[in-house]
Amino acid sequence: MIESIDFTAWSCPLPLRSYPTIVMGHGGGGKLSAELVEHLFAPAFRNAALDALGDAAVLTLEGGRLAYSTDSFVVRPLFFPGGNIGKLAVNGTVNDLAMMGAKPQYLTAGFILEEGLLVSQLGVIVEEMAAAARAAGVQIVAGDTKVVDKGHGDGVYINTSGVGVIPEGVDIRPQRAQPGDVVIVSGEIGLHGVAILSVREGLEFGAPVESDCAPLNGLVEAMLAASRAIHVLRDPTRGGLAATLNEIARAARVGVVYEERRLPVPPAVAAACEMLGMDPVYIANEGKLVAVVAPEEAEVVLEAMRRHPLGAKAAIIGRITAEHPGVVVARTGIGGSRVVDMQVGEQLPRIC
Amino acid sequence: MVKYLDEFRNPEIAQRLFDEIRRMTTRPWAIMEVCGGQTHSIIRNGIDQLLPPEIELIHGPGCPVCVTPLETIDKALKIAAQPGVIFCSFGDMLRVPGSEKDLFRVKSEGADVRIVYSPLDAVKLAQANPEREVVFFAIGFETTAPANAMAVYQAKQLGLRNFSMLVSHVLVPPAIAAIMESPATRVQAFLAAGHVCTVMGYWEYEPLVERYHVPIVVTGFEPLDVLEGIRRAVAQLEKGEARLENAYPRAVRREGNTAAQKMLADVFEVTDRAWRGIGVIPRSGWRLSERYRDFDAEARFAVANIRTQESPLCRSGEVLQGLLKPNQCPAFGKECTPRTPLGATMVSSEGACAAYYQYGRFVQVEETTVAPSV
Repeated sequence: MIESIDFTAWSCPLPLRSYPTIVMGHGGGGKLSAELVEHLFAPAFRNAALDALGDAAVLTLEGGRLAYSTDSFVVRPLFFPGGNIGKLAVNGTVNDLAMMGAKPQYLTAGFILEEGLLVSQLGVIVEEMAAAARAAGVQIVAGDTKVVDKGHGDGVYINTSGVGVIPEGVDIRPQRAQPGDVVIVSGEIGLHGVAILSVREGLEFGAPVESDCAPLNGLVEAMLAASRAIHVLRDPTRGGLAATLNEIARAARVGVVYEERRLPVPPAVAAACEMLGMDPVYIANEGKLVAVVAPEEAEVVLEAMRRHPLGAKAAIIGRITAEHPGVVVARTGIGGSRVVDMQVGEQLPRIC
Repeated sequence: MVKYLDEFRNPEIAQRLFDEIRRMTTRPWAIMEVCGGQTHSIIRNGIDQLLPPEIELIHGPGCPVCVTPLETIDKALKIAAQPGVIFCSFGDMLRVPGSEKDLFRVKSEGADVRIVYSPLDAVKLAQANPEREVVFFAIGFETTAPANAMAVYQAKQLGLRNFSMLVSHVLVPPAIAAIMESPATRVQAFLAAGHVCTVMGYWEYEPLVERYHVPIVVTGFEPLDVLEGIRRAVAQLEKGEARLENAYPRAVRREGNTAAQKMLADVFEVTDRAWRGIGVIPRSGWRLSERYRDFDAEARFAVANIRTQESPLCRSGEVLQGLLKPNQCPAFGKECTPRTPLGATMVSSEGACAAYYQYGRFVQVEETTVAPSV
């Protein structure tokens, strides 16, 4: 997968001065900085607001409430099966906005580059960001670049922030989960985390695993078109499904119960978890959402999700309960139950 | 592999086993599962909640992370902090508290601490970094020992001078003997650790059954394996029998893995070993044999004379001996949580305290069910 990326295939629209790698001067605010913007970022992200190259982008937003979010991306390796840091940076912020029911519209991108990074690698990352932005229907309208000394960064760090407008009548937030509501997950869990782990540690788990990195705003739009009884949306990224369900339980002071047997866990993720002593509910996703929906509308929402390509394997996994507020409980395969807490720090592979 | 595992998680068969155990139980029995992997499986699947109230499962000292002595942890921290060292460890050792800090803290202070998935990865690191000293933290029971032995063996074959191991291996049979010798013990039967027996066989346990007249059932790790082990132990107890039974025949033979045992006998030799929270158990550990002493990290790095300091609040020793349930410890969930562990039993997911904290904190969840409409 990674071998298939050909950095030599990327060519600068107008050749940058003869630097194949990022040098400190690219962050110096002088000619090198300007060239990077004009020849690398601006052509890739091309739009009217960015092309004005002002100190700030000037935007027009339709009336309504504004959703506004920011996220930083420090993933290692930069390229992984199913995506790279650029695609992740765009989809991450798009998804944060979509989880409030907002229609994401504009993004900004801040780059912290490590001295010595191949310009062609940056080029591929930026092209991927542009492609992800097109796919999500958003524009990248402002940006910033800084360069740090070699050894002080992992190639590229990217921060994105974004704004979107929340349609009239949409009120989606964790506090709205109420007893009786149904919990739906939009598809197979654990893919992103296992994809990263497999390349980072050189482990194989049967079939190759690709990250599920994807923009969820289209899926959310389809769900909102089907029903307005969606109370909570959340994308289970770091900390996995367990962290997301715990956040909902704590924010709304409700309990969450799910059935382990109903979790959509792909075989390769299950195999990785067996091998390393980890639990799929703690593994990161980058293209999945959890929806908490009023029970009478659950089937309608589920149907709408399943008609969308990113929700084809959506499944009802559990429900919100008035019992044990703040606590998430799993019903185990053999009929027992256990508390599923947030994990402390990183999930560590067990010794045996 | 996963499909295969589903067979050992079948809810209908589990129900039948629960029913049978319930039917045959006429009075209270205390059964110790020796291995941390079994503790993990019991709590994770909620097996303990579904057993009849007469059956008490006592969680044994079989979590290698938990019983690694504080002194060894402190030695690891000292070695890891030395310039030029790449210190390799299994993941769950990194958060185990030493006297003052843990490996994560040493790493954040600039030490090169790496999580490896196999000791052979550490050998590869040593080959790739000839100018660095690569140290592998070799802990565990008989289960992890063959791979660790293989790592030293390979390092010797390759003539690697920059590879060494900090060894703190522990052995199950002497621990069972120590538990049975303790006047405070309440254990009436043992579930022996299936994976340990895969390597060592179960002939070593036959004298223990004789000497202490205690049933020992070699048991696996999947929910149905654990239930079958419990069923057989209860059946023996109810009949007043004490036999050795193998409830894990798909992985365990009486003689074990003789090729692995041969390698172990070459690389390691039996030694007295301190168990964290329990104390020294005679002839209960392995250290590198004379032939491989050059690879001993304790000798290579000057880490003798370490003064250790356990938390005065931590009662993990009683937990490890089955004298105290984790949630009966006054510090449980208060001063001591997975975020701020006072003892190793709160760190590893196989540690009884961590397992209780993660999965079993709220006993009232038993009644909760997902509505059939879902």
